Amino acid sequence: MEPGLDFAVVWDNLTYFLIGRFPHGPLGGLALTLYLASVSCLLSFVGGLALGLLSVCKNAAICWATLVLVNLLRGVPLLMVVFWTYFLLPALLGQTVAEAHTVIIALTLFTSAYMCGIVRAGIEGVPRGQREAALSTGLGRWQVMAFVVLPQGLRNMVPSLVNQFVSLIKDTSLAFIVGVSELTHVATQVNNRTMVFPTEIFLFVALVYFVVCWLFTSLSRRLERRLDRGKSLG
Amino acid sequence: MIEFHDVHKWFGKLHVLAGVNLRVEPGQVVVVCGPSGSGKSTLIRTVNQLERIDQGRLVVDGQDLASPGLDLNRLRAEVGFVFQQFNLYPHLTALENITLAPIKVRRAPKVQARQEALDLLERVGLADKAGRYPAQLSGGQQQRVAIARALAMRPKIMLFDEPTSALDPEMIGEVLAVMGDLASSGMTMMVVTHEMGFARHLSHRVVFIDQGQILEDAPPEEFFANPRHPRTQQFLRQVLSPLH
Repeated sequence: MEPGLDFAVVWDNLTYFLIGRFPHGPLGGLALTLYLASVSCLLSFVGGLALGLLSVCKNAAICWATLVLVNLLRGVPLLMVVFWTYFLLPALLGQTVAEAHTVIIALTLFTSAYMCGIVRAGIEGVPRGQREAALSTGLGRWQVMAFVVLPQGLRNMVPSLVNQFVSLIKDTSLAFIVGVSELTHVATQVNNRTMVFPTEIFLFVALVYFVVCWLFTSLSRRLERRLDRGKSLG
Repeated sequence: MIEFHDVHKWFGKLHVLAGVNLRVEPGQVVVVCGPSGSGKSTLIRTVNQLERIDQGRLVVDGQDLASPGLDLNRLRAEVGFVFQQFNLYPHLTALENITLAPIKVRRAPKVQARQEALDLLERVGLADKAGRYPAQLSGGQQQRVAIARALAMRPKIMLFDEPTSALDPEMIGEVLAVMGDLASSGMTMMVVTHEMGFARHLSHRVVFIDQGQILEDAPPEEFFANPRHPRTQQFLRQVLSPLH
């Protein structure tokens, strides 16, 4: 083997890295990674919001049950959650479930559990006077939450949420363990086939993950700035 | 309009309201004053149930607040509350701060709510600030928007909890002027304040409260000329001439 790096292996397999065997086969590679990430991201936003709201609700039993579920999910490695859903879900449902979907469910459960804490902290971080002011005008408890507390809380949650979603993007790589042909899985396939370019291949894969996360982070920075526009002094 | 019958309230062991009896007639402006920690804020916060009472009876606009069928949100909609710290919603403009409750609670059409809000802003002298966010307004302006927000629900009673205490001195006047207009319009008001000028000229009664008990309850002329209770006399000396 010659010394030095030869990235030809990356260029030769670029389409495969980006979209897998699509359109002649199922979608794979980076496209599948982005699909897994964005669907899980949306679902876990909803899930985290729901869990967060349940965890601050007035009913002690609901609140307690939510925190038990959240702590159970946070207390095990994500890999375990991926395995569980992979093996348990088809058994529970009595039918086969596409691997990609079991992974989406695992990622959603896991990320929702983490987001619960973020949402809870965001809600509790809104000054008490805001809630009192809203109540004093006759708004009901859920209206206070929806129109006064959450909009302010969500703004404060943005940086933590972005962190969580960046983790989520990278965590999609665990899907390779159950044979979902996302970016990491595709990379191992190419590596197994070509044998001698692991450094090049995995450097490229790392770079792709980095660029995706970086793009996502800068988009969210712009979102933060837009949210703050006009609301500061001046 | 508001009746306290032997009202008690505890915060843990602290007896904040120790048997309060008070009656506020429709259209009356009652100033509540007293040293800090005397229970005066707690007293007015019980009227719209931001604080629950532990014992006694509280009747607001003919409704016993202990009655099981009480619609708390509806009661609160009829009682406006102005806070010391303004508590405007920072994510909404001045106009949106005012229209939120009318649209969501009273189900007012948006156009109408908006027009009413603009009229209210005009009334508090801030017609040109409708599109500003709270952070772009001065303290006095924020408090006037907060008053407009409370008025937007067309309340029968207005409660003020030290509305000028968080303001720079030069902004106190503009807020008191708005409150003065409101008082002369016949609004029933309970005002916790240390602004003795407001008490003297714009109130019908001044109530002095200390350690959760009402020690003095008199028309302003009498309250300031011959306070009967020694603690009232001492309080007035401290408030009116703090250097002596």
